[in-house]
Amino acid sequence: MKTMYRLWVVLAMLSTALTGCRDDDPTIPEEKEQLPPQTATVVEGFYLLNEGNMNMNKASLDYYDYATGSYRRNVYGQANPEATLGLGDVGNDIGIYGSKLYAVINSSNKVEVMDAATSKRLRVIDVKNCRYVTFANGKAYVSAYDGEAQIGGVSPNGFIAEIDTASMSITRTVMVGRQPEEMAVVGNKLYVANSGGYSPPNYERTISVIDLNTFTKIKDIDVAINLHRLKADAYGNLYVSSRGDYFENPSKLLVIDTHTDAVKKTYDIACGNLTIAGDSVYIIGSEFSYSTFDWNINYSIINAKTETLLSENFLSKSISDAIKMPYGIAVDPYSRNIFITDAGDYVSPGKLYCVDKNGSIKFTVTTGDIPAHFAFVYKTTIVQ
Amino acid sequence: MGLWVRVGILLLIALPTILPATYAQNTTKKTSTEEPLDTLKVYTIGEVVVTASRHRFNVESPMPAQILSGAELQKLNSFSVADAIRYFSGVQLKDYGGIGGIKTINVRSLGSAHTAVFYDGMSVGNAQNGQVDLGRYSLDNIEAIELYNGHKSSIFQPARGFFSSNTLFLRSKTPYFSEGKNFHIKTTFKTGSFGLVNPSVLYQQKLTSKLALSASSEWVKAHGRYEYRYRKDGGYDTTAVRQNGDITALRTELTLHAKVGEAGRATLKAYSYDSERGLPGAIVANRFSHTQRQWDRNLFVHGSLHKSFLKNHDLLANIKFSRDYSRYLDPDYKTDKGALDNKYYQNELYASLVNQVSIYEWWNISLATDFSMNTLDANLYRFPYPTRYSYLGALSSQIKWERLDIQASILGGYIDEQVKYYQQGDSRKVFCPVVAASVQPFNTKHFRIRAFYKESFRMPTFNDLYYTFVGNSSLRPEYTTQYNMGATWIHNESTGLLRSVSMQADVYYNRVKDKIVAMPSSNLFRWTMMNIGEVEVKGLEANTNLGFRLPAKVFLDLGLSYTNQKAIDITQGGTTYGHKIPYTPIHSGTLTASAQWNSLQLNYSFIYTGERYSQKANIPVNYVQPWYTHDMALAWEGKVLRLPVRAGIEVNNLMNQYYDVVLNFPMPGRSSRFNLSINF
Repeated sequence: MKTMYRLWVVLAMLSTALTGCRDDDPTIPEEKEQLPPQTATVVEGFYLLNEGNMNMNKASLDYYDYATGSYRRNVYGQANPEATLGLGDVGNDIGIYGSKLYAVINSSNKVEVMDAATSKRLRVIDVKNCRYVTFANGKAYVSAYDGEAQIGGVSPNGFIAEIDTASMSITRTVMVGRQPEEMAVVGNKLYVANSGGYSPPNYERTISVIDLNTFTKIKDIDVAINLHRLKADAYGNLYVSSRGDYFENPSKLLVIDTHTDAVKKTYDIACGNLTIAGDSVYIIGSEFSYSTFDWNINYSIINAKTETLLSENFLSKSISDAIKMPYGIAVDPYSRNIFITDAGDYVSPGKLYCVDKNGSIKFTVTTGDIPAHFAFVYKTTIVQ
Repeated sequence: MGLWVRVGILLLIALPTILPATYAQNTTKKTSTEEPLDTLKVYTIGEVVVTASRHRFNVESPMPAQILSGAELQKLNSFSVADAIRYFSGVQLKDYGGIGGIKTINVRSLGSAHTAVFYDGMSVGNAQNGQVDLGRYSLDNIEAIELYNGHKSSIFQPARGFFSSNTLFLRSKTPYFSEGKNFHIKTTFKTGSFGLVNPSVLYQQKLTSKLALSASSEWVKAHGRYEYRYRKDGGYDTTAVRQNGDITALRTELTLHAKVGEAGRATLKAYSYDSERGLPGAIVANRFSHTQRQWDRNLFVHGSLHKSFLKNHDLLANIKFSRDYSRYLDPDYKTDKGALDNKYYQNELYASLVNQVSIYEWWNISLATDFSMNTLDANLYRFPYPTRYSYLGALSSQIKWERLDIQASILGGYIDEQVKYYQQGDSRKVFCPVVAASVQPFNTKHFRIRAFYKESFRMPTFNDLYYTFVGNSSLRPEYTTQYNMGATWIHNESTGLLRSVSMQADVYYNRVKDKIVAMPSSNLFRWTMMNIGEVEVKGLEANTNLGFRLPAKVFLDLGLSYTNQKAIDITQGGTTYGHKIPYTPIHSGTLTASAQWNSLQLNYSFIYTGERYSQKANIPVNYVQPWYTHDMALAWEGKVLRLPVRAGIEVNNLMNQYYDVVLNFPMPGRSSRFNLSINF
């Protein structure tokens, strides 16, 4: 049996040697890249939330600082090494209110509240299947598909959670339509786009209107099927996108007059994402057809004052040709620089393009996977 | 390509010089070429039968073969076929963890849809998703597992056997009766970690001299809970318990074996599998449990006849009908009609005829013709209700002299797609050539060189083509091209310490064209399938088995396997051109050791999978750590009350390493299992 013994010793040594191949698992540090700086106006820079693919747990935060021109990838991981499994799965929306940064992490069922200056975690608020966030009067409003914990049971309806931004806890909830998406506050009313995307072809076709004092639903405005984006302009109008049904009914963009709470105008253009800066509504129209199995992409602009669709694209052909899958968009309200993201194939890192108001590229930079949502950091919010 | 061929040739030339030049002495030993592909040397010590030599390879096969069978399989602490195939080289098992987690095989980085799985000679594919969950095939009733790169090296097999890039054969236990007995009953009970309760029974009855019946049934129940841990240096350190990983499954099989005429045989088999399981899901920040559930019911009846009607002629006929039901329930996906509750029904009718004619003693020609019809019904929105008619043919020729074996086949397929509603996929015509050869260069039967070239394809699955919002009916088949060169050497000694040596090495070069990849469409919830990927795989595989006879009647078996491969994304215009494709390590290997002393057996196995990336981009955030596990087992075989009994205890992942095979699907740490089987 001595030979046996020796053999096992050899085996044990061999396996110990192989055991050395597994490294320690360090926190993945942020990566810094030097980009051209920009004049810091009231805006100092912005956070960019990368969604990351579902089940990959790869939502990440990037930060671009105007004054220094430094672009830092993956700032959350380094600032929060103790946060188990990091920022989470599918970053769906981001917003800054006061000194706090709110990230809505859809598949992680949470709203992550961070310090906007350091991106350090302040609080995690559980909201199941949460989607978007907007703010008004010291409150954050979060739309969510699944009201199991808040409105109980098996209802297919979604809800809005009101979060007190001082105490960082849910104060009130209200039930809205099925699978609610983006929201906007006009006056003292919260407008919520309902999609009903879980039950094709029985999509929702309404915007729910919530009175912010009583936090109850006042009415539903009939708009179009499968609503998604919702943005308010300076004239009391809402721009809301309908995704269509991907087959016979195409995607389109509608305008709601909040004075009458009725559809005012319909633009027959695809709208995947939009943002409003001053009087300009920037629209990324990326529409996929299941009939031709191809995309149709346009970069349109609407004058919000005259409510007219301008004839030209806001991106030059050389830039739009370079972008494979336009996804997120933000426009600095002061410099009017356009920030637009390319999600590429969705499973590898995307790109961020900065285009100035004359249409020329200022920089492009590699981001995390599926770069999507922006939050500008304002001087006042940091100082406060 | 050129480099790898050169490396291969060099290796082959170098081999005889590296190895002890003893092979010439053994030319008189006969190596079996027929059915039992491995030659097992049997030593008898009292009443215990020990297999001391194990050649896991088929020396004459023009395509690389790896075989695990009988006692060999028992040594591997394996619960299911999935656990066992990890010991083959060139194989990556995609394992979602736990007893109920799906486990699929990916051979030589071609993708899991490129390996056809055969159970007792019948293919067990899934036309809906192209996946075969090997975790569902318990080893309890398995006699042998054979993996062939390319296909099984015989021209006498159904056309389906030729059409896949790789083939995995599972062979169930055939009736075996000891002297003077006309029945055999084996009962086994396994229990252990994860709340496992697993009784099974195998009953074999000799009916007449030409007819035997075999029945087998097995029940598995487990709560599937286990601890896992995620940590970062200087950061978080979280230990949690896997939830919703429970499984209950019942497998029942009934087989009638018959001898027909002189050398013919026929089998009739009925198989049923019924299961309910929780889907434990991905572990992501703030979400440590899931609620999705799945039910599966598989049923098939398979008849097979092998008979010779004329001189120099052989016929193999197969017919099968199968019905698969699957239900997926997601309580968190709340539609206007309640929770998402999808039901899928698949039917398959399959018929195959193979005719082989011996023109000369050294020249055989065969024609294999298969027909199959697959349907899928589902309660999905805008579902097209597809039916696929496949007509496959393989015309093959085998020229076989003592020192040279050349097999060539031309494969032709016509696949006709029909749908009831919406868009149907295009019908496809495919032709693929295959050439394979095996040469004995020296004056010994124990060393042979082989090479093969094979073109193959896989059809898009029903999900690829028709899944609502995801399917793309304009998809083309995905094509593969394989080049392989290798050598096998075996050697036996009847005296001394080292009793047997077997070695096998292969180098290969593969291409995948028109790879079917999921791509986003209008938004994240809407993906679609596209023919866009192109992959290049270069690899080297080496296997060695050594059998020792040590003093004090100790028999020791050592097995080593090593795989080195580079699977590179070469999609033109892609952002990850030149990157390694997800989940393909450069280095991987296994080590197995087994010592037998009288009626005691001690087994050890080690599996290593090197670093890899979880997504296309090879960047730090996608890096996945290597993992390796040590498994130990102690078994005793003997008689209790004159009944043959085997009892064993296994400890898996001895060092309690926490790892993921698939990112965010944690694998179990240390676990144990006890088993007891009694034969009547």
